[in-house]
Amino acid sequence: MPANMSSQALLDVRDLRVSFPARGQMIPIVDGVSFTLNHQEILGLVGESGSGKSVTALALMGLIDAAGVQVTGSVRFQGQELIGMPQKKLRYLRGKEIAMIFQDPMTAFTPVYTIGWQIDEQIRAHERVSRKQARTRTVKLLGDMGVPDPERTANRYPHQLSGGLRQRAMIAMALSCNPSLLIADEPTTALDVTVQAQILELIRSLRDTHHSSVLLITHDMGVVAETCDNTMVLYSGRVAEYGPTPALFASPSHPYTAGLLASIPPLDGPRPLRLPAIAGSPPLPQNRPAGCAFSPRCQYAHTACTIALPPYVQTGADHFAACVLPQEGKPLPPRLSDATAQEHFQP
Amino acid sequence: MLMAALRRLGQTVFVLFGISALVFTVFFATPGADPTARIAGKNASPQTMQKVRQEYGFDRPLPVQYAIMMKKLFITQDLASYADRGELVVPEITRAAPVTVSLVCGAAVIWVVLSIAMGTLAAALKGSWIDRTLMMLGLIGISIPVFWLGQVANLITQNRYHDTWLFSWVPALGYVPLTQNPWGWFKALVIPWVVLAVLFIGVYSRVLRADLVALSGEDFIRTARAKGLSPARILIRHGLRTAMVTFVSLFGMDFAQLVGGGALLTEVVFGLPGVGRLTYQALTNLDLPLIMATVMYSAVFVVLANAAVDMIYLLLDPRVRDAR
Amino acid sequence: MKTSATSSPILEVRDLYKTYRLPRRQELKAVDGVSFSVMPGEVLGVVGESGCGKSSLGRCLLRLAPATSGQIVFERGDITHLPERTLRPLRQRMQMVFQDSYASLNPRRRIGDLLAEPLKVHPDAKGRKRSSAEITTRLHELMELVSLPITALARYPHEFSGGQRQRINIARALALSPRLIIADEPVSALDVSVQAQIINLFADLQKQLGLTYIFVAHDLAVVRQISNRVAVMYLGRIVEIGDTDSVLHTPAHPYTAALTAAIPRPVTGLARPVPLQGDVPSPINRPSGCRFHTRCPYVQTRCKQEDPALHAIHPNGHEVACHFPL
Repeated sequence: MPANMSSQALLDVRDLRVSFPARGQMIPIVDGVSFTLNHQEILGLVGESGSGKSVTALALMGLIDAAGVQVTGSVRFQGQELIGMPQKKLRYLRGKEIAMIFQDPMTAFTPVYTIGWQIDEQIRAHERVSRKQARTRTVKLLGDMGVPDPERTANRYPHQLSGGLRQRAMIAMALSCNPSLLIADEPTTALDVTVQAQILELIRSLRDTHHSSVLLITHDMGVVAETCDNTMVLYSGRVAEYGPTPALFASPSHPYTAGLLASIPPLDGPRPLRLPAIAGSPPLPQNRPAGCAFSPRCQYAHTACTIALPPYVQTGADHFAACVLPQEGKPLPPRLSDATAQEHFQP
Repeated sequence: MLMAALRRLGQTVFVLFGISALVFTVFFATPGADPTARIAGKNASPQTMQKVRQEYGFDRPLPVQYAIMMKKLFITQDLASYADRGELVVPEITRAAPVTVSLVCGAAVIWVVLSIAMGTLAAALKGSWIDRTLMMLGLIGISIPVFWLGQVANLITQNRYHDTWLFSWVPALGYVPLTQNPWGWFKALVIPWVVLAVLFIGVYSRVLRADLVALSGEDFIRTARAKGLSPARILIRHGLRTAMVTFVSLFGMDFAQLVGGGALLTEVVFGLPGVGRLTYQALTNLDLPLIMATVMYSAVFVVLANAAVDMIYLLLDPRVRDAR
Repeated sequence: MKTSATSSPILEVRDLYKTYRLPRRQELKAVDGVSFSVMPGEVLGVVGESGCGKSSLGRCLLRLAPATSGQIVFERGDITHLPERTLRPLRQRMQMVFQDSYASLNPRRRIGDLLAEPLKVHPDAKGRKRSSAEITTRLHELMELVSLPITALARYPHEFSGGQRQRINIARALALSPRLIIADEPVSALDVSVQAQIINLFADLQKQLGLTYIFVAHDLAVVRQISNRVAVMYLGRIVEIGDTDSVLHTPAHPYTAALTAAIPRPVTGLARPVPLQGDVPSPINRPSGCRFHTRCPYVQTRCKQEDPALHAIHPNGHEVACHFPL
């Protein structure tokens, strides 16, 4: 487990399990996820679709209330236990202490109100301020987020703004009550690459300007490498690997992380004739194999992998992987070192 | 804006022309049916027949007949009912319209308020027994025929229990003009309002609940929850406000067809001399000029309501505003 | 492969325009004067951000949307204005693969039926109707080509994962042995690990069957992996075109340079380039002069007035539409 799991961590998640009912069974979509997030840290939560990354985020916010869903484990936020906290109490944290931004800023705003109205609404839901004071703050926030002509933009409707501006407005709204934690669920996936770069830079800057801690959920390894201090890789609802981003990218300890990184077509250096793809596709949660969920696709899989869940072992400083290989004394070879990566990259 | 208004006016004229031409063709140009005999009534003398034929130009080509009919209806307004021996139809409609408008407006207030309350409550308590009860009530409301409900209401309030303290205030069937006696107007109409509203309460509350439940899965509702808003505020300010867009379009059309004469059964059952009852009389007597006039009146209302709904759409949905 | 065909392009596009009329007399110039050609056996990647017109271009090429003006020449025949009836036999040689693997497959039909349909409708190369035995043989060949088990033929689309469905879509596109495949974002809905499999499949099939691709995508890395040549589009026009390595490693257009720099790389410790400012302008009111001047870090007065034409900057066919190429 990460060494810094002391009580001063902003967020401490232990053995989080979210199960959905299906055909008379409880299917764990998130299956025992643990991690900590410190003040002013940006933690990347990476995984493919169905890995449980978005469900994890919604569970942290207490936003999963579909009939029959079970959320167990512990989520301690600033020392308070969130799991089992009554909705009414959670509501005061939501939007005020923990804010969230979503993938598609078009559908994430209510279409019939102006951007400004919706930001004002959040401010006034948590603080006793007048409409005018709220609007002043809204305009300032929009300006801070790099929205040109914030006064006019505040009076525009969501559909009248471009995707990039909508996402900036979304971030402004999330930050409106100065939350300690910002959960960003695929914040740039719906955006163009050049706009994505702007938004990622904005998110990085929030640490200094707003002292924010960010949980960044994404499927894009490139986004994580550029943005996050620490990275957690999820596979089929479980943590596959956790570590400081540079260490994790330089020498991934889990075959899934390594395979995922290898299968990304490179933009620099020689083009491989074939991409080293991972065969097959992730299992559905209800068909998760016994033992390591990745074993059917893993080139290193052997008997030990199919019997029991792999141990979560330390492979470096604050670097952990759920894999039997390190214990068996057969760690994965390192990927490109940072220095070689630099050489390959010729802008 | 002016262009839009003009375009709308053009559309209105076009629709009215289409409907009037259709009705005219059905009733006046059907082969084998002599409109002269119909208009002149049974056992009319040859002189009357001749007079009618000349007045309506039935000895002239069809387009001319149509033009004469329209002139008598809209310009000179001297189109006369023949079943009622010379009663002018346009004033007849002007007299009937306030009755219908009174009936429909009152019912509309009831059904809008109640269906919004029921639909929202059911959506908020989705899956609970309250939700199931309300929706079951709605279904019952939809399935009860309005004339049956009206007759039962009459039976109870006019006959069986009229002399009990509960229903002794109920006046005899009929209409009291609002300008003469507002309290009498209210007393005369309150039971017809409720009877007419029942069906619509059922339909609207069910539609609204379904809309709200569908909206609750939308991203923006999730955002509203992530903002820490209260469930009531999320449901009303975000859910209901967005659902109003469909609600209003549904309402516009129903309201228009009722004002246009669709409340016929209610009017007949409660003896209200409105446009619906007028249409009913015209149809039973095959009173062609009156049929023509009521149909045109109804068409005007539907087209006007359509325009009104479009305007409200603009107010409710900024996306529509920009698409113009 | 016919040897005579190698000398002339399989597809040639000349000055293609696609304009959509909008209310209030506005026009959306989705494709705004695009010319290029594709040689047999070549893979042309078309990249760009939203609103650049890459999808509209693909739809025009397939005649799914009529071009407003310009010419599309396929196998030396002008197909721009061919009536649908004459176009049908040509459609066999020109197939498409779309992004949404599920929406492209009728959910109520078995894979075998879906794949057999074009084989039943279209006659074979000799103009004969295919027998059911021939069709079955062909279906088995197709399954082998896209590495799916024969048993897949008896199953329904929803029983497959996204990657497998995209294999089925590819099999369907291949059924009639086309010469050219136009793929519109074929891997962008897939997870990275699956995406790599499908990219490999596209590459294998291309070599094995000598196919020509026009590969439309927003992901530069994907396009780089599969293409020999790349066309970069911005607001309806090709701003740079040439050999993949030439365009991506020595970009001459500031937009191409910014685009390559903006893509997050899965490597830590890289210096981050200054991102391009602003959003892509609306294709309804595109800027005057060079369409990129509003966001270009090197903008000059000339750029605001004069629209640069695509011109060659290297004998290897590298062309760029910029007054001041990098």
